[in-house]
Amino acid sequence: MSNQKPIAENLFTWPSEKPKLLGSKDSETGRYFFPAKRSNTHEQVELSTKGTLWTWTVQRFMPKTPYIGTDNPEDFEPYPVGYIELPGQIMVESRLTGVKAGDLKIGMEMELSIEPFVKNKDGEELMMFSFKPSKDL
Amino acid sequence: MSDVAIIGIGIHPFGRTEGMTGLQQGVHAAREALSDAEMEWSNIQFAFGGSSAAGNADAMVNDLGLTGIPFMNVSNGCATGGSSLLSAYTTIKSGQFDIGMAVGFDKHPRGAFNADPEASGLEKWYGETGLMLTTQFFGMKIQRYMHDYGITSDSLAIVAEKAFENASLNPNAWRRDPVSKDTILNAMMVSDPLTKYMFCSPAEGAVALILCRADIAHKYTSKPLFLKGAAFRSRPLGSFEVFSPSLEIERGPSPTVGASEATFEMAGMNRSDIDLAQLQDTESGAEIMHMAENGFCKDGEQEKLLHDGDTKLNGKLPVNTDGGCIANGEPVGASGLRQVYENCVQLRGAAGKRQVQGNPKTAYTHVYGAPGISACTIVTT
Repeated sequence: MSNQKPIAENLFTWPSEKPKLLGSKDSETGRYFFPAKRSNTHEQVELSTKGTLWTWTVQRFMPKTPYIGTDNPEDFEPYPVGYIELPGQIMVESRLTGVKAGDLKIGMEMELSIEPFVKNKDGEELMMFSFKPSKDL
Repeated sequence: MSDVAIIGIGIHPFGRTEGMTGLQQGVHAAREALSDAEMEWSNIQFAFGGSSAAGNADAMVNDLGLTGIPFMNVSNGCATGGSSLLSAYTTIKSGQFDIGMAVGFDKHPRGAFNADPEASGLEKWYGETGLMLTTQFFGMKIQRYMHDYGITSDSLAIVAEKAFENASLNPNAWRRDPVSKDTILNAMMVSDPLTKYMFCSPAEGAVALILCRADIAHKYTSKPLFLKGAAFRSRPLGSFEVFSPSLEIERGPSPTVGASEATFEMAGMNRSDIDLAQLQDTESGAEIMHMAENGFCKDGEQEKLLHDGDTKLNGKLPVNTDGGCIANGEPVGASGLRQVYENCVQLRGAAGKRQVQGNPKTAYTHVYGAPGISACTIVTT
């Protein structure tokens, strides 16, 4: 597993048996933030790994720069994205995995999944967070 | 304090113009506005202008003339045109100058906009992993709205069909061929539930408006129009905006709601006073949601209004009479001013085959864009 690393620091706990997204909570307002904000009044918090799908769409064309997933249209696979409502905390925008567009439903239960996104030029696998359906479809 | 009049309007047709820079299109629009107001560039005492991707507006003085006037460059995303107009309005209203110009132009490459996370205060991974696309935001916002308020894909198609229908009557529009509802619904999906005909594209074009103190307007035109209200707002807490890695669970109003309220309050008018409206239609869902965010109907009522044809040229409240962004494309710096231009044409009764009947006297514009900004205007006869 040594050739895997998170796509960005301070995004989720890694390596970890049960990775969690890292957000922050403003002690003055009680509001949650993701990604975490650096401020005197913010403390880092681990966000819930389970939530519900609030809305979704499918990215059907290959994004231009700064997208690093692929630059070859023949390799590009459309991918669903959505907002996951983490109850009592915040809604997080995420790629959705393990589900076809036709099976996506607002309100469905989703859980965090950390997955390889792309290999960098050093051959390391960059790990990215996504959410997948909690139940088998 | 004097009211503010619009006495000259000019446009460079929208679409793609090979061999002409965005700035040159801006100069074209400025000259057309000057000729419309029957005045010279030397009459203009100040100008505000901008583009997002086609250079500094003040470089236009090389072509228009080195008269030494203050020419301020405005850069405010999709509200660049609206911000220029608002700045020109305030300058005249304050009594600083009597006559000025607001101009906007742009020229974008084909395809969706490139987004730079760091320029928007976001982290690199957000763009690298393919989450930072305006098209996704629009798909997700209308997807939730359809779920909450019973709006159908059929309504999305009606909006796009209307845009191309209106544009077919507008010689300055880009996409002037009518497209049927079935073709729109069955076209390639871009970001579910939105197909390719439901989206506007980045494009080219320019618009210039000449404004002056209302009490001197009759010196320049027999039919001045009056800018009764103009307001700009950025996003409040809880709004759902482009480029948001996260959202508050507790939902709040959009910047449009605040800008619209402020504009009506400034004009001392009600929604029912408005005869026609240009509403930001980055895609068909946006027009539908903006009908409600601007207060012209309640959430969910759009389904019936659209099926009854109430927003068509001959409807109760014609919306996007020139084909909107969907058929004109979106040259960011010019887009908001195009809406005001169209309203001026309609209020002058000069819109030809797309003229709204019944002698319209009041018209509304609404522009919306990244990263959650909105500007509205009300123009009257």
